[in-house]
Amino acid sequence: MNWVWFHKLASPPSAYVFALRLRPWLFWISVIMMLWAAYEGLFVVPPDYQQKDAFRIAYVHIPAASLSLMVYSMMAIAAAIGVIWRMKLAHAVAAACALPGAILTALALITGSIWGRPMWGAWWAWDARLTSELILFFLYLGYMTLRASFDDIGRADRASAILAIVGVVNVPIVRYSVVWWNSLHQGQTLSVFGESKMDSSMITPLLVMMLAFLMFFGAALCDGLRAEILRRERNASWLTDLKAK
Amino acid sequence: MTPRRRRMMFVVLILLAVAGATMLLLTALKQNLQYSVVPSDVYTGKAPLDRVFRLGGMVEQGSVKREPGSMLVQFDVTDYSHEVTVQYSGVLPDLFREGQGVVVRGKLQPSVDGHQLLIAEEVLAKHDEKYMPPDVAAGLKKAHDARRSAAEAPTSSASPSTSVTHH
Repeated sequence: MNWVWFHKLASPPSAYVFALRLRPWLFWISVIMMLWAAYEGLFVVPPDYQQKDAFRIAYVHIPAASLSLMVYSMMAIAAAIGVIWRMKLAHAVAAACALPGAILTALALITGSIWGRPMWGAWWAWDARLTSELILFFLYLGYMTLRASFDDIGRADRASAILAIVGVVNVPIVRYSVVWWNSLHQGQTLSVFGESKMDSSMITPLLVMMLAFLMFFGAALCDGLRAEILRRERNASWLTDLKAK
Repeated sequence: MTPRRRRMMFVVLILLAVAGATMLLLTALKQNLQYSVVPSDVYTGKAPLDRVFRLGGMVEQGSVKREPGSMLVQFDVTDYSHEVTVQYSGVLPDLFREGQGVVVRGKLQPSVDGHQLLIAEEVLAKHDEKYMPPDVAAGLKKAHDARRSAAEAPTSSASPSTSVTHH
């Protein structure tokens, strides 16, 4: 197999230009999809049989929560690639994942809390799902704090990569917490291999919203990655060349 | 062993060690990680008698009694094998109703002739992971009721087809 294109893309200058070009596409397509899905979810989709209009917050809560797990897995994989193959760009990707991931986790926790108050009768419960998602939030914060505590980028990369890899153990715990233990939180609605437990008249805006969130994260990752590359390569000649163009 | 292979082994070993340690920890804490116990646990002595705990189950159909002129409400929480009577004074969540899942936090009272009574400090409502419009839910309920009444009133015409499955 020919890996030339991969090595080319993995070099900071081409990754920088690639992220710069990709970003507006991801951003604008995701904004359009988000607006459509928000309109459908808020005004068009019928209310739920027992939660009435309150269930509509699921159109933000489910995408944020599922993406918070996906982003952490991606961060851990990128960090592992960075450690094993000594690939600086992979470390940069991992570093750029942390802030959007933390924001998504916070969004999932906040929307869940707003949803829980009227439906369950409590803002917060120390059940397994909520607690493990809170731990996920602290893992993101810890990762960012650890990175910030090193002056040397190479050492920050290696130390924070270990934290990211260790923390990935929490991802299946969040995912299966509602299966393994009695919890206040309900079980999984969406299912990749089985049948989803949301009526077909409600599910399309949710899936579109999840895709929109994913693309929005992609746009944020492009920005974060470019910032990381600039920080690492600030004295490189290709940047002066790029600026001159 | 090349340095790259060594680093790969290092990452894999870290992951295995942490996953193993976490698994042991979670297994050891299995009981403590449960958010609530079920009514059957109360009768088998798995629920604490002297302190506050959480009990989860369904509100028994037809069991909700309200005291007129006060906030006091009494209902039975069941897991379809045992039930515990719950007394609560306060505001109930919107989703609270008969047949709904609830988690109540409170303390057991000394039982009178084997019947368990719990004075609740907090009542939370549970909801499931299914979302559907009211008309779909009504249709499902109608089909379910029709199937149930058909099963409860066995007719001679239905029996030959069911006996086939035994062969």
